Amino acid sequence: MKILIVGGGMGGTILANNLARRLSNELRSGKTRITLLSASERHMYQPGLLYLAVGRMMPDELYRDQAGLLEPGIDFQVDPVEEFRLDKNEVKTKGGKVHGYDVLAIATGSRPTPEEIPGLAENSEQFYTEETALKMFNRLRRFEGGKVVVAMGVPHKCPMAPLEITFMLYDYFKGRGLLDKVKLHYTYPIGRVHTLENVAKWAAPEMDRLGISYETLFNVKEVDGAKRVVRSEEGGETDYDLLISIPAHRGMEVIEKNGLGQRGWIPTHRTNLNMEGRSNVFVLGDTTNLPISKAGSTAHFEAETLGENIAAMVKLGAPVREYDGKVFCFIEAGLDRATYAMFDYQNPPQPKPPTKAIHWFKLAYNKLYWASARGLL
Amino acid sequence: MSNRRIIDARGSYCPGPLMELIATIKMAAVGEEIEILSTDKGSATEIPEWIHKVKHEHVGTEEKSGIWHVLVRKTH
Repeated sequence: MKILIVGGGMGGTILANNLARRLSNELRSGKTRITLLSASERHMYQPGLLYLAVGRMMPDELYRDQAGLLEPGIDFQVDPVEEFRLDKNEVKTKGGKVHGYDVLAIATGSRPTPEEIPGLAENSEQFYTEETALKMFNRLRRFEGGKVVVAMGVPHKCPMAPLEITFMLYDYFKGRGLLDKVKLHYTYPIGRVHTLENVAKWAAPEMDRLGISYETLFNVKEVDGAKRVVRSEEGGETDYDLLISIPAHRGMEVIEKNGLGQRGWIPTHRTNLNMEGRSNVFVLGDTTNLPISKAGSTAHFEAETLGENIAAMVKLGAPVREYDGKVFCFIEAGLDRATYAMFDYQNPPQPKPPTKAIHWFKLAYNKLYWASARGLL
Repeated sequence: MSNRRIIDARGSYCPGPLMELIATIKMAAVGEEIEILSTDKGSATEIPEWIHKVKHEHVGTEEKSGIWHVLVRKTH
């Protein structure tokens, strides 16, 4: 059986390693082949960008060589897919190669698109790429006081990031002795400060306690850089001296160009993770159109489900389990405290009060991630 | 019915039904109807509230066997 995985981010990497371990006998005998196609020879730990923006991680800590993360026996090629020929069970790469498959897993991820909101890209600081996170770090260093506004687009990767950066900025300015000169103002698209009700119930009083103001039902419509004003779809507006944005995201261009899903999100079955109408094509991570968090842990748990199922398809001829919608997110509540939210399709999260211990565990996870990508954690 | 988009946000705690609608309405054409399926009864009030604020149309809300069906139309 030929298994082809497209995308070398967290989902694709964990899936490849999970399958290679489960199918080690089949790989050795040549009955099964696992090919992983990626656009990059490096693997980025994306959650680290949040820390980079406030000087708590260094750029080189974000990367490992992709090949070094993979189990022996995986055929890894840096050659991104340009054409998905699903009717022929094959893809064509940028390098011109054609790869046939029996089973295809698509894990191409998502991209920030600040340019879709007028004025947002050129007038705000962001931390969703290494370049913009470094720019934000340098802007923060030079900032000496004023009104800092946090605003976001929808959908965005890492739903905890808006809260995390807000609380981390509070501690950052506190550390620089600037709190009396800085006014933090948080905006959010729906009618409470976070989409998870129990998280909002914790975060709003926390903002009140810290003197962080907030405005809900605020979807960014445009940014007027000359007047330093952000306007919302709902008719509100707020002025700023420093604008921090969490941009809206889209799926990757190759998904849109091949007509696999509007705005790059592929219609996906919520429990078996099949691409709609394609029994031998699976989708995981940010690429799905599922109504769950676009987060590394989502990709991780989906990859574990798919690893077990695709291996069972090889060994038993059928999948054996369903994805239950499981997500686990750390929530940094500043630079030295954190909590977490764990939930699935049936069970809402019940976040606990933040502690230093959970923050330390998150810092440990920033290192343990590489074991996670290898499929060991 | 053919011009209706369904958002199956049952069991969606994060990003949640309203966030799903905010993301989806960008992709819809003017005049298109969007039906949101939600297991959160709060959707029955928060979705119409947002729709009213941004001046789209709330066509109706119905509860069937613990699932709220909120129907909206994109108007601009």
